[in-house]
Amino acid sequence: MAHALNLDIAAPIAPTAGAAPVHEVVLVVDNMHCGNCMRTVEQALERLPHVESARVNLSAKRVSIRTRGAASAIEPFIVTLADKGFQAKPLVEAAAQRTGMFDANLLRRLGVAGFAAANIMLMSVAVWSGHAGDMPASLQTLFHWLSALIAVPAIAYAGTPFFASARQALAAGRLNMDVPISLGVLLATAMSLFQTVRGSEQVYFDAAVTLLFFLLAGRGLDQAMRARAASAAENLLGRRASTATAKFADGSIRPVDVSAIVPGMRLVVAAGDELPVDGRLVAGGASLDEGIITGESKPRQVGVSDIVHAGTIALSGPFEIEAIAVADNSLLREIARLMQTAEQARGRYVRLADRAARLYAPMVHILGAATFIWWLLAGAGWEAALTSAIAVLIITCPCALALAVPAVQVVATSRLFRNGIVLKTADALERLAEIDTVVLDKTGTLTLGRPELLETAAITDADLACAAGLAVQSRHPYAKAIVGAAQRRDVKSRVPEDVIEHAGAGLEGHSGGDAVRLGSAMFCDAVDRDTDRAPLWFRCGNQPAVALPMTDQLRSDASATIRALQANGYAIEILSGDNAQEVSTAARTTGIAQWLAAQRPEQKIARIDALQSAGHRVLMVGDGLNDAPALSAGHASLSPSTATDISQMAADAVFQGERLAPIVTSLAIAKMARRRSLQNFAIALGYNVLFVPLAMAGHVTPLIAAVAMSASSIAVTLNALRMSIKTQEVPS
Amino acid sequence: MTALAWLVPIALFLGALGLAGFLWALKSGQYEDLDGAGWRALDDSAEQTLPTRDETKNPPGLP
Repeated sequence: MAHALNLDIAAPIAPTAGAAPVHEVVLVVDNMHCGNCMRTVEQALERLPHVESARVNLSAKRVSIRTRGAASAIEPFIVTLADKGFQAKPLVEAAAQRTGMFDANLLRRLGVAGFAAANIMLMSVAVWSGHAGDMPASLQTLFHWLSALIAVPAIAYAGTPFFASARQALAAGRLNMDVPISLGVLLATAMSLFQTVRGSEQVYFDAAVTLLFFLLAGRGLDQAMRARAASAAENLLGRRASTATAKFADGSIRPVDVSAIVPGMRLVVAAGDELPVDGRLVAGGASLDEGIITGESKPRQVGVSDIVHAGTIALSGPFEIEAIAVADNSLLREIARLMQTAEQARGRYVRLADRAARLYAPMVHILGAATFIWWLLAGAGWEAALTSAIAVLIITCPCALALAVPAVQVVATSRLFRNGIVLKTADALERLAEIDTVVLDKTGTLTLGRPELLETAAITDADLACAAGLAVQSRHPYAKAIVGAAQRRDVKSRVPEDVIEHAGAGLEGHSGGDAVRLGSAMFCDAVDRDTDRAPLWFRCGNQPAVALPMTDQLRSDASATIRALQANGYAIEILSGDNAQEVSTAARTTGIAQWLAAQRPEQKIARIDALQSAGHRVLMVGDGLNDAPALSAGHASLSPSTATDISQMAADAVFQGERLAPIVTSLAIAKMARRRSLQNFAIALGYNVLFVPLAMAGHVTPLIAAVAMSASSIAVTLNALRMSIKTQEVPS
Repeated sequence: MTALAWLVPIALFLGALGLAGFLWALKSGQYEDLDGAGWRALDDSAEQTLPTRDETKNPPGLP
């Protein structure tokens, strides 16, 4: 391991002759929100030596740094940004490729289709008005030829994504939406070319190109939403801890890559570190926050030869562990495996537009074929019959499905985004709309996930001042709670002298000649050793020990959110890994009748599966590592941004802030999006009911086709955009 | 009708100009960060890529 940390993911970019090679590093900076943040980040980085340039992409929440010279470690960048108050983390290498939200390839095709559609329309309008006036046939033919000259190459270029997808579907023996689209466009173009050669009036170049333009716009919006979700998911991946501190046989202590850890290796864990692998404690005592795995709110005391798990957080330290598994084999991976299995069920979800397409595509073909055969039988000749059939294909072309649903979803996603809810999967919005049951985790989800001192009259200001003075020395959540309580009471903490930490027991110091102790009941020699009453005690000199009971505070709007969900008809349940007493208290306070305590991850999955096989659609809201498999198992899932990385990765959406209201907001916006999509289907259906009979009867001229198609596309888009204007429908 | 002989090419040329502009903007990465671009337009601080203002002729803060 030659480098200080194995984090240098810098890739060399085309080294120019003579000059030092340029490297590029991409960091994820989640808390950039505005132009000021952007400028601060760029300027701070550009002041560093070797940095050639730093450019922020605010949409992607990433900054790309170009350095000149040897590939430098990224640690200095992260430290520099941390000084300015930004949390940066490296991006996983594979994700660094794409930066833009829009697919440039689709946009280029959209631009070409737009150019062609506008110019052909210019000539088509002239031809149509010429029908009423005195345009000579020769001029009309000239315009048709000019249209053909623009349309044919434009269709060949802009239509490629549809043609390719249709060919794939047909090769696999399936029908998708692109089959009728390709058939309609290609038949219309070929027929129009034929009619142009013959000098006829039935030319559909404008319809074919405009169709492609609308469809490409829809596809572009759909792709933009997926890209945004994928980029949010990639940003989360960057958070995985990737180094650990190893102690070698010769006594030296060096950082190693997590993937290089082998069983038997000695690792040093400092307070605040996340354990990289499962291991056995070999030296020191520690207190571990295992909430991430068990959901238990109380830290666990571990001593020599106890087994500790990857993903738990050391609250005191340092201590040494001996790895008993490789990183890939630890409990963390076991949880990941459970998640993958649970996720497969969700992978089978079929999106609304695709479900509609399954019905729609065969119907379009049957209608087109029926029209052709009907006119042939009626003796109209193959030309007239084919023209009518093409008109049917053009009229039924699925603009509503292809444009309106993506438009609705983009508007809904950006509304969620404004409310601090980041969607990570593209179809999550549709799944959220189908939810009827909400299952919540307790620790960290209903509650803030950090202990607070339960104020009692027995705790005097003087005791609290002294206890807080001891507590500031420790990173233990109970210690933080004491410091917080002292601040709330406005008590100035009195720092004792020569404070020492007894691992796994507590803190000791001297104040005014008296020995003061803060720690377990045993450590403080409490008279009644009822540790259930309080996990933390304080003793000053010879006075009796004072109990410092702790509670995990509910989120400020927990009860209000539950009431709002109940009022909207959702069934609510708590599924917690914590003990029955804690869970029942939380359930009673928030007014939830149904709760299950002491649930292991498998049991959580089993409960959710049981609910879903009973016909319910479950929204899982959770934050701990133990919730991750359940988050994957639910029909949809949410997690707070304070959740563990793996839970945030498992969840469909992540919400920010200390409030639970985003649950209500996201469900409401998802339902509204669904309502809008269905409305748009209705608009499209109404338009088809009106024009398909006309087309089948052979009355749809190129002019009517153009007007009807544009009108319906604009109608559904406007209906989608209406959602971003109306704000009163959704509580936020 | 002879007007068409030059009007149609001009119309097509102007349209093609717009298309070329769009393709150029796309290629130069102007669609990669739509949120950030809005803020950059408001950024007054002199960027390295822009020529610095002649402070003697046009001191900052004075019109």
